[in-house]
Amino acid sequence: MSAGENGMLNVRLRVWRQDGPGDAGRFETYDVGGISPDASFLEMLDVLNERLTLEGREPITFESDCREGICGTCGLMINGRAHGPQKGTATCQLHMREFSDGDLITVEPWRAGSFEVIRDLAVDRTALDRIIAAGGYISVNTGAAPDANLVPVPKEAAECAFDAAACIGCGACVAACPNSAAQLFTAAKVQHLNLLPQGQPERWARTEAMVETMERFFGSCTNHGECEEACPKEISIDFIAWTNRDYVRAKLRNRKPTGRR
Amino acid sequence: MIGSLDPRLPEGPLEDAWTNHKFSLRLVSPNNKRRFSVIVVGTGLAGASAAASLGELGYRVKAFTYHDSPRRAHSIAAQGGINAAKNYRNDGDSVFRLFYDTIKGGDYRSREANVYRLAETSLAIIDQCVAAGVPFAREYGGLLDNRSFGGAQVSRTFYARGQTGQQLLLGAYSALMRQVAAGTVDLHTRAEMLDLVVAEGRAVGIVVRDLLSGEVTAHAGDAVILATGGYSNVYFLSTNAKMCNVTAAWRAHRRGALFANPCYTQIHPTCIPAGDDFQSKLTLMSESLRNDGRIWVPRAFDDARAPADIPEAERDYYLEEKYAAFGNLVPRDVASRNAKAVVDAGRGVGPLRNGVYLDFSDALARDGADVVRAKYGNLFDMYERITGEDPHRAPMRIYPAVHYTMGGLWVDYNLMSNVPGLFVAGEANFSDHGANRLGASALMQGLADGYFIAPYTVGDYLAGRLGEEGPRTDHPAFADTVSEVSDRTARWTAARGSRTVDWFHRELGRIVWDHCGMSRNAAGLRKALAEIPALRQEFHADVCVPGSAASLNQSLEKAGRVDDFFELAELLARDALEREESCGGHFREEHQDAEGEARRDDEHFTHVAAWEWAGPDDEPIRHREELTFSAVTPTTRSYK
Repeated sequence: MSAGENGMLNVRLRVWRQDGPGDAGRFETYDVGGISPDASFLEMLDVLNERLTLEGREPITFESDCREGICGTCGLMINGRAHGPQKGTATCQLHMREFSDGDLITVEPWRAGSFEVIRDLAVDRTALDRIIAAGGYISVNTGAAPDANLVPVPKEAAECAFDAAACIGCGACVAACPNSAAQLFTAAKVQHLNLLPQGQPERWARTEAMVETMERFFGSCTNHGECEEACPKEISIDFIAWTNRDYVRAKLRNRKPTGRR
Repeated sequence: MIGSLDPRLPEGPLEDAWTNHKFSLRLVSPNNKRRFSVIVVGTGLAGASAAASLGELGYRVKAFTYHDSPRRAHSIAAQGGINAAKNYRNDGDSVFRLFYDTIKGGDYRSREANVYRLAETSLAIIDQCVAAGVPFAREYGGLLDNRSFGGAQVSRTFYARGQTGQQLLLGAYSALMRQVAAGTVDLHTRAEMLDLVVAEGRAVGIVVRDLLSGEVTAHAGDAVILATGGYSNVYFLSTNAKMCNVTAAWRAHRRGALFANPCYTQIHPTCIPAGDDFQSKLTLMSESLRNDGRIWVPRAFDDARAPADIPEAERDYYLEEKYAAFGNLVPRDVASRNAKAVVDAGRGVGPLRNGVYLDFSDALARDGADVVRAKYGNLFDMYERITGEDPHRAPMRIYPAVHYTMGGLWVDYNLMSNVPGLFVAGEANFSDHGANRLGASALMQGLADGYFIAPYTVGDYLAGRLGEEGPRTDHPAFADTVSEVSDRTARWTAARGSRTVDWFHRELGRIVWDHCGMSRNAAGLRKALAEIPALRQEFHADVCVPGSAASLNQSLEKAGRVDDFFELAELLARDALEREESCGGHFREEHQDAEGEARRDDEHFTHVAAWEWAGPDDEPIRHREELTFSAVTPTTRSYK
């Protein structure tokens, strides 16, 4: 980072503006000055939005909620990179000290066929929920659970399942993927449950259903690896490999035996 | 006008109360369940678990969230863990001990029966979550790990790294999505509840605004459950997510539901101080940092030296000096008030002089960087990402921030408000934490309400409605409420004043923080009661809300929420003024002992204050629910 006068930053933004799903959209340019390097990227946009409002113009629509990198609501393409330049960081935790005085910063929504632009920088990610509804759960009704310590879970399996379960569902993997695949998201969700003993009874049905639902709404994975690079939780593409393995096994296991209808 | 305030507490000894009560609750047979529809608002821990459980039972559930997905609610940000009296450590824990700790932690301002049930239910919650695939921390033998948390003397906290809330919410969310797939839950995302529909004295539905199209629609339900979280964002700066608000609860309050103990707010001592004037929210750092970090400020006023240049003799380790027994591990409220005292006295640190040091240099020298990193590495990284400073080299700067509200809509033992058919679950109700919540208890309460209490008690209410005609949206109450909501929304979009919604929200937050924050006094509260309505008038006259109501419009959404925060803020100040004692998160400067410790007034204030809305220009009416203690005897908390 190199700051300007008084240690403050002045940047020029090229921001994607789009009135609605049907609108063609365009870039608009804004100069934003006097920003503290300690401000977050979204706080810088807040400042711009306050100014636009007072000028009688419509503020830029972008989504965020927890602003501490865990809810997965935020997500912007910043200079062509999902969540911006800092590795392992969601947009809401990106701070202006990562930029320099005088920078030109291009801000776009997630771009993917399955993520329709709602307005400006906000997109529709409900297709991710459909993948979960297809099998991203363990079927246990409330009240039916045995004692929590009845089934030991090897520490390594629990840790590995956690690494997958850390996914925040932001959609950066889809935005970063040249094919717009949601394979990293799907694999993280599949493996979180497939790695645990509790997840075994539904393992093969879950894998097939979730992978095929992903394929229905998103592009196919061809192992570019961009998703891992963009993931704010640094989830490993090893989970994709394991899911591909599980998928092949699932297709064999889920086959109906000859003669059974 | 409300009649008597009956909490409908079960009779008999505490140990059997919930079991006996469950037996007395009426049942709805499976074929009748599908005749009833239940509306659940909010899909955080309490809402998602309630909607999933009711769906599994066979009710027709409609779940609403203003998020794009039910997985986003702020339960997801809880770090520390969830308590349960499993006694897996063989260290003397029991249901009674968890009950006792919670009652004492709440400073004897909660109901014994509710808290006992909470402790009892904690056992089943862990079972349920593990079965659903929540990846809790494990030991090498594969069994569940526990840690001690928030000053508890037993290790009863189950955790999933520093992301327990995330994992529990994802568990409840997956159960919910399973029911969505099964067709028992009809999920409405990006739909914000803007009013409650009451007909013939019962809650019969809600009015929501579709956040994308702006369309305002009514939905009927045989029962309505609000699981819409707390109101910390009345302070503008808090650790809550940006969208957290009080609107659903407040609109229900205006329709007759009592609002209980609004002055019980909790301040978390270890948050990162505001960095500049644009600060949009505050970030909490796990309380566990106080296990190894030492808190200090310079002895001199306005000391501008770098921390490393301040010699040991010129540092004031004020908690260690004042509280020999607990030192840096005193409870949240005590740590917070002491930090405020030194900052107010002009001894704060950092560029804005708005924090205190949390110093790890002793721990680093004693244990080595590897050991310290193993415990706190992710927190150190998070701190560095936000402040740009490395806690290995310079002490962290911390300051208290609001992060939880114990007050909320009044509910009886069945979690039903005084409006029949309106249930309230999770942080949105006032029920279990008294005047102060213990660490790792919020997640427990949200899931207890949603998984294991509401499914029984809602059924009891519905059983009483068998044979009655269910509510229909062609009842005039629905059209009336829809038109009131539409009018209010239209008023905002006509506003073309000279200030933004956020500007007013910040100003409101400043008033509430200054006068109804960590420490309160009568003069300040009266000042707040004068300033809040004045600012609110200005808000109505001078706010600017660009854009139209017929599309996604975030300024418009915020305007309605801030308007409700104004009314809540007034009630908060009024409640704090009326409660002439110090208890838990409510500290009145007039009520402290010679050493500055909180002084309760059990003779006059062992009760819940439940406020009734009397209209926009009339003073609300204060009702009392007396609290009685049979299993524990109220004592003074001491940490010296």
